[in-house]
Amino acid sequence: MSSNIVVRVEDLHKRYGNEEVLKGVSFTVRQSEALAIIGPSGTGKSTLLRCINRLTEPDRGRIFLEDTEITSPHTDINKIRQQIGFVFQDFNLFAHLTALDNVRLGLIKVKGLSKQEATERAMHELARVGLAEKAHAYPAQLSGGQQQRVSIARALAMAPKLMLFDEPTSALDPELIGEVLQVMQHLAEEGMTMVVVTHEMGFARSVCDEVIFMEKGVIVEQGPPEQVFLHPQQPRTQQFLGKISELYGGAG
Amino acid sequence: MSVILNWDTWRQLLQGTLVTVELTLSLLAVGLVLGVLVALGQVYGPRPVVMLASVYERFFRAMPILVLLVVVNYGLVFVANTYQWDWLRWPPFAVAVLVFGLHSSAYQSQIFRGAISAIKPGQLLAARALGMTRLQTMRYIVLPQALRLAIPGWSNEYSGVLKDTSFVFSIGVTELFRHGWQIMQNTREVFLIFITVALIYLVLTYLGTWLLELLERLWGVPGLAGQRREEHGRVI
Repeated sequence: MSSNIVVRVEDLHKRYGNEEVLKGVSFTVRQSEALAIIGPSGTGKSTLLRCINRLTEPDRGRIFLEDTEITSPHTDINKIRQQIGFVFQDFNLFAHLTALDNVRLGLIKVKGLSKQEATERAMHELARVGLAEKAHAYPAQLSGGQQQRVSIARALAMAPKLMLFDEPTSALDPELIGEVLQVMQHLAEEGMTMVVVTHEMGFARSVCDEVIFMEKGVIVEQGPPEQVFLHPQQPRTQQFLGKISELYGGAG
Repeated sequence: MSVILNWDTWRQLLQGTLVTVELTLSLLAVGLVLGVLVALGQVYGPRPVVMLASVYERFFRAMPILVLLVVVNYGLVFVANTYQWDWLRWPPFAVAVLVFGLHSSAYQSQIFRGAISAIKPGQLLAARALGMTRLQTMRYIVLPQALRLAIPGWSNEYSGVLKDTSFVFSIGVTELFRHGWQIMQNTREVFLIFITVALIYLVLTYLGTWLLELLERLWGVPGLAGQRREEHGRVI
């Protein structure tokens, strides 16, 4: 097994009723790599991400986290999920818990840390996303951007080997997107292995090491950002990026 | 008038009040545990469980409480006599707690079903993504929110069953209403006695709902439950 591959996805298929959402997707993510997955809505990007920690069960194909096959029925999926941080589009903070309790709940109940240890680690993670002073605020008292940063801290606190981001800025007001992207950029620079489904082309281009363009359940094009954004090989990629840069005035 | 100034009258009424309160709290506790389980089954259970829970809930909501009390009470006695099963000879108070508890659990299940359904499913995904088991997700995410959201509906159920407990006179439990009845028969002071009994029910209702409102406020969480209306300003 090659040493520095964190995730390997092999020939992943997923069908909802008559609609085949994933039609054989394969890729690998190396240690400290930031991979962006871009593409039109409804092309299976989020489903793909959810298959990686089996929030959605794939129909066919295999996924490995380092040497462990995630998709094996003998794998304790709760053990695997502790090692994979997941950040949702609409944050999904626990509404009855403060920011601090949101971050430390998993540490105490899943990882079995003492309350004191968990508190220290949670405060450290909140400071890392710039929200130490909001530790005792409830989700409803935080802005969308702050909620998303808390949810990133919640995922980071578990010390994951891999972070999955499912359109983390799509539910945010435009002026709040920056603070979340900045946190993610720091993470990437610190060497966190991450897979980011995003419509933020600027982020994909400047922060990520690799870009996958997906449409209709298959990978259309994959490569380093310079290649995908500046010299796309596939006509469909060119068309998609063209539309995006028309819309955002050349942000792509 | 002298009957109301009589210490013995009050001793009896307070004794009855105590039984009423004990019965109400016990049946609510039984109904709470069963009601939450039925609600969880209805919302998250696999198909057969959903159906079973729904049949249970419909059945007990459809049964008149008085009929249920009499049938279960005499049914237990009948079975105990027929098979010589002495362990089925329950004191009337225990029968009352069981029957009222089952009945209330059907109503409470609908209160909790509403509360559980109001929790955004994304939170459950987030809990599972942290590596929590289903049970941990129920325990740490669903229940704490559902219980808070259920307090207003539960307060309604409290004031309902409190008054229904007077039906237990039919199986020989002597509670507030029954004590009043006995005093009335000895003294013929119908209005005086029953107005006093009514006032005691009123005080119990107010006291209970006030305590629950207090709980809702103290235990409340911004954006979830327990906020005072003033925080939103006057809307209508």
